[in-house]
Amino acid sequence: MMNFWHTLVQQLPGDWTQYAFMRQALLAVVLMTPVCALLGCVVINKQMAFFSDAVGHSALTGIACGVLLGLTEPRPAMLLFAVLFALSISICRRYAAASLDTIIGLAMACSVALGVVVLSRQGGFQRYTNFLVGDILTVTTAELRLLALLSVVVGAVILALFNRIFLTSVSTALAISRGVPVWLVETILAVVVALFVMICIPWIGLLVINSLLLLPAAAARNLARTTRGYVLWAVGLGSASGVAGLLLSYYLATATGATIVLIAAGVFAVSLLVRRWRAAA
Amino acid sequence: MATCAGAALPVAHQAKSRAHRAGGVCCVQVHDLSVRFGAHWAVQHVDLHVHCGEMVTLIGPNGAGKTTLLRALVGEIPYQGTFRFEAVHDAAHATTPRVGYVPQQVAVDKTAPVTVLDLFCAAVSAWPVCLARRAGVRAQAAAALAQVDAQALLAARVGALSGGQLQRVLLALALTPVPDIVLLDEPLTAMDHAGVQAFYRTVSRLREQFDLSVIMVSHDLAAAAAVSDRFICLQQRIVGQGPPHEVLTEPAVRAALGLPPAPSLA
Repeated sequence: MMNFWHTLVQQLPGDWTQYAFMRQALLAVVLMTPVCALLGCVVINKQMAFFSDAVGHSALTGIACGVLLGLTEPRPAMLLFAVLFALSISICRRYAAASLDTIIGLAMACSVALGVVVLSRQGGFQRYTNFLVGDILTVTTAELRLLALLSVVVGAVILALFNRIFLTSVSTALAISRGVPVWLVETILAVVVALFVMICIPWIGLLVINSLLLLPAAAARNLARTTRGYVLWAVGLGSASGVAGLLLSYYLATATGATIVLIAAGVFAVSLLVRRWRAAA
Repeated sequence: MATCAGAALPVAHQAKSRAHRAGGVCCVQVHDLSVRFGAHWAVQHVDLHVHCGEMVTLIGPNGAGKTTLLRALVGEIPYQGTFRFEAVHDAAHATTPRVGYVPQQVAVDKTAPVTVLDLFCAAVSAWPVCLARRAGVRAQAAAALAQVDAQALLAARVGALSGGQLQRVLLALALTPVPDIVLLDEPLTAMDHAGVQAFYRTVSRLREQFDLSVIMVSHDLAAAAAVSDRFICLQQRIVGQGPPHEVLTEPAVRAALGLPPAPSLA
């Protein structure tokens, strides 16, 4: 499989194709960005942007937990912590009287502070700054396998629940009247978003990961009339921004995650213009 | 516990009713329903018996618990008491009612890429709206919209609909598939009196066609009185009920609604 991918990419123009790390990174981008865009569509519909941002920031605490547990590889601790973070916010949302905004804000503040305190012990925080910015060029074959698996699972779960999530975003009461188990659906969605955000953070960086979810979907919202168009535009724009950002970051020697996000932001700006132009026409 | 016995329904209603109702008279029973928010009882000890084909309107001042009662019946908020559907006239065979709910509003903003057809597909089919459409759903949606005189809205964006158009779409959705009871929460957004009347006439025609129980919350008493079999005035508890024009003369109801005492007919 991997050999086939490497041979395939080598047929493409450009001197970047001679580097195995670039070919690996391209595969990671191609696997990651469509799923991020699909998640972004759902996150925007459900007005969960603050939640997905908070989950990204809670990565620090996940890494910190890993350090405390003496793990050498932070990812399992990050994934586990993300799931716990999503579940606890879901549970608080059900039973607490405070508004969701407040709950998420508190949870994010506490988890970021805890993460920074643990990781900065004895002045060692610099070791972890690569999680802030991300580095997709170091992606390994084993990680690509994990990413491929998670992309398929997350994509399948979101598609399977798409209509139910959609109904709850239109009206909770309407969804309940049609037999949708709203809390369960929202909790599964929160966990899935948390998992996927977390898996991407080492490559994209926790500072910009949320924009990678939101920007393609926000741009698609300006261009599409139907829900199908919305998702297709988002997936298309997300993937295109991802590939373009990777190549640009190679030629400019910049951080890939941030470059992708800048391109996606440019695409969003163009989509705004297109919408205004259409409205005027 | 009261049953549906004694419901005198016009024969036309029963003739059009669904197969499982053919042998008997059906009804929806709400028994001793209460809803509490913290220390405050929003709805207390409400008993309701709504027969199939009957249209009941909840009236009452703001904060009387009308919308809360509907939200409890939909299952959105927890309540004490029971809510059952009796297909035949026997309390032992009561089932949980299938509810068709027409919400007061939907969270779809003006520019959202959501069409009426998208909304239908998401509600009636499990096949993801964002993938290629399955044949049949479109025809089903078109037929449901035709019932409420809104077939032209199939491809319209939900965010671009007027208040009255949105109500019709949501009604068509509530009737797909045909429920045991329709719960209708009138929107607070301004709809002109003629629009409200036309909408209520549609609801009334459909409840006859499908032999439906309807409970609605209304703020337009005149329009609701023209189509309702019964008014129920709610102020946490039921303060009065009966045929619309009789209820509106009861002193307790007039006081609850903040109306001046009824003029003497003598």
